Amino acid sequence: MSAAYWRKAMNRGQTPSATRGPTPRQRPTRTPWNFENPIRVHHVVVLVFLVAFPWFATPFFTYQIGAQSLALGLIAMSLTFLGGYGGMISLAQMTVAGIAGYMVAIFGVSASDGVSLGWPWWLAVLLGVVIATLAATFIGWLSVRTEGIYTIMITLAIGVAFYYLALQNYAVFNGFQGKQKVFPPTLFGIYWRDAVPFYYLVLFWALAGYLFVVYLLRTPFGIALQGIRDNPRRMHALGFNVTGHRVAAYAIAGLIAAIGGVLFTWYNGLVTPGSVGTGWLINILVIAVLGGMRHPVGAFLGAIVFVLLQNFAIDVIDRERFNLVIGAVFLAIVLFSPDGLLGWWAGLKSKLTNQRGGNRWKEARGRLYARS
Amino acid sequence: LRRGWKIFWSVVIGVPIALFIAWALWDNERLFLITLLNGLTLASLYFIVAAGFTLVFGLMRNVNLAHGSLYLLGGYLGFFTAQYTGSWLLALAAGFVGAAIVGLAMQVSIFRFMPGQDLRQTMVTIGLSIVIADILMWIIGAQVHQMSPPDWLDGPIRNIPVIKAYSNYRLALLPIGIAIGVALWLFLNRTRVGMMIRAGVDDRAMLSASGVNVNLVFAVTFAIGAGLAGFGGVIGAVELSMAPGEDVRLLLASLIVVIVGGMGSVVGAALGAAILGLAETYGLAYAPTYSVVFTFVILVLVLAFRPRGILGRPA
Repeated sequence: MSAAYWRKAMNRGQTPSATRGPTPRQRPTRTPWNFENPIRVHHVVVLVFLVAFPWFATPFFTYQIGAQSLALGLIAMSLTFLGGYGGMISLAQMTVAGIAGYMVAIFGVSASDGVSLGWPWWLAVLLGVVIATLAATFIGWLSVRTEGIYTIMITLAIGVAFYYLALQNYAVFNGFQGKQKVFPPTLFGIYWRDAVPFYYLVLFWALAGYLFVVYLLRTPFGIALQGIRDNPRRMHALGFNVTGHRVAAYAIAGLIAAIGGVLFTWYNGLVTPGSVGTGWLINILVIAVLGGMRHPVGAFLGAIVFVLLQNFAIDVIDRERFNLVIGAVFLAIVLFSPDGLLGWWAGLKSKLTNQRGGNRWKEARGRLYARS
Repeated sequence: LRRGWKIFWSVVIGVPIALFIAWALWDNERLFLITLLNGLTLASLYFIVAAGFTLVFGLMRNVNLAHGSLYLLGGYLGFFTAQYTGSWLLALAAGFVGAAIVGLAMQVSIFRFMPGQDLRQTMVTIGLSIVIADILMWIIGAQVHQMSPPDWLDGPIRNIPVIKAYSNYRLALLPIGIAIGVALWLFLNRTRVGMMIRAGVDDRAMLSASGVNVNLVFAVTFAIGAGLAGFGGVIGAVELSMAPGEDVRLLLASLIVVIVGGMGSVVGAALGAAILGLAETYGLAYAPTYSVVFTFVILVLVLAFRPRGILGRPA
């Protein structure tokens, strides 16, 4: 029994009655592709900007800012999907990404021979993504056994445990050194590590991931997932398999994080225990919360701000104090604008135009926090 | 059937452990016994730190992810106190009081204003842990600090059968941990404030309705929980060492201890600490590069069969 079936059933039973006041505005039937909001001007502008970006930006901006933001945004978006729409804040998304990166390095080529098998790149990437997705499913299966606030503890424990495993184990993970020189392949005569090709590679996957999530959220599965976020008991009573939906959400988020992880590993050219350490586990949460978890685009916004801060905050203050800046920004967001930049923007917009519309955001306000 | 399962699981878990003990004793009894002592003393430290964590969680549903930072803060405070006064006992007091004050400030100035928003409180503690860790690194630097034990606990004890010699200080951790556990038990079960805390763990709303100032109880609990982290920090500053990153290690230990033992239960924390301490030291002694895997396997097994921890109760 799907959510679409239920919606239809509910709509059929809705008879207009005189005592009910104004009848609700008729909406077009929502099939996954008939978007409520058609493609608007700002979508086109953003797309054109993203595609044209390398033409006017320096290689530094294309690679360090553009590609890095998109790769990090993809990983953070998996958390937005899981947290904002599934109600489960997992701190292990970077662990999943790191597992994908490690697997690519282990099966593929890296500087440390003996622990790298040197298989062709497509096989290594495929295996990396599959293994990381399986790991994410396993993490999900473990952590959905408990609810709400416990999730954050369990996923953090799993993430830190993997960090120590990667740090202490030399036979497979090469210990503290990690895997150096993990580069994207040369294909069609293009070396994909060069700034512009790499940017387009990441842009392609970021767009694909974004559209996939936006699409998925309108399918019966996505609707059911949001229902489970808002009221798991009711959804259970309606006959939905709550645990199954949650584990599936972990698996999908894991797939997205794994792709992001491969790209981020290629971006860095290495994967070390440091890239799955607590710092990065939390950075992903910081990025997702910074942008706002109400919409998948928030993750990319957060990533851009994060990367800009990382690169330019050091000009204002000491380089060593980046953590202090990012911690303070994160604290300020959590304390004063719980819905991140998106929430702040929505509040600003409704204040400026003073309209009741656009309050799609307002309805959702604090939903993430209200649940637990 | 329930009894049958109990017997089944005791056999499945007990037999491999018994076999391992038999093999290890036959193979190298000294290594086995020293590892046992190391495990128990480490468990004692874990218990002290995790007891504070579980106390705060049990009452306020606040997962204080800044607990590790409070541990490190207490350790540094103790280190500098010991440096200036030369007294280890004063250092312990400074670690406890310093961390308690910071914890109290956190509760009074931030968490009090977001009651019932567990997730948001947890996120705030994440932010605080980043900020505290970085400020500590700013002021104190990244180098490793190690505190020396007090004179009357320094040096090894000799002439123990089989083991031969063992660090006096490490051995002293065992009675310290037990004393803290007993004191905590007495405080929670025999005093009025303890009674209020236990009542609050069971039903916050009812406690408030019966005329108790819940905010005050919360503040006291948070101060004690944070203080225990600081206390553990001073103890750990001698046994382990203090450096950026140690906060994460102890946070992970606290998380696993309370997940395994059951959240909000002090006895559960003791049990979880014993399991984790022993698993970690035996892992390090017998399979060095995979020691964290044992910890992880224990976590997975407990979550798979008792999602609320061994002694956990439904929330």
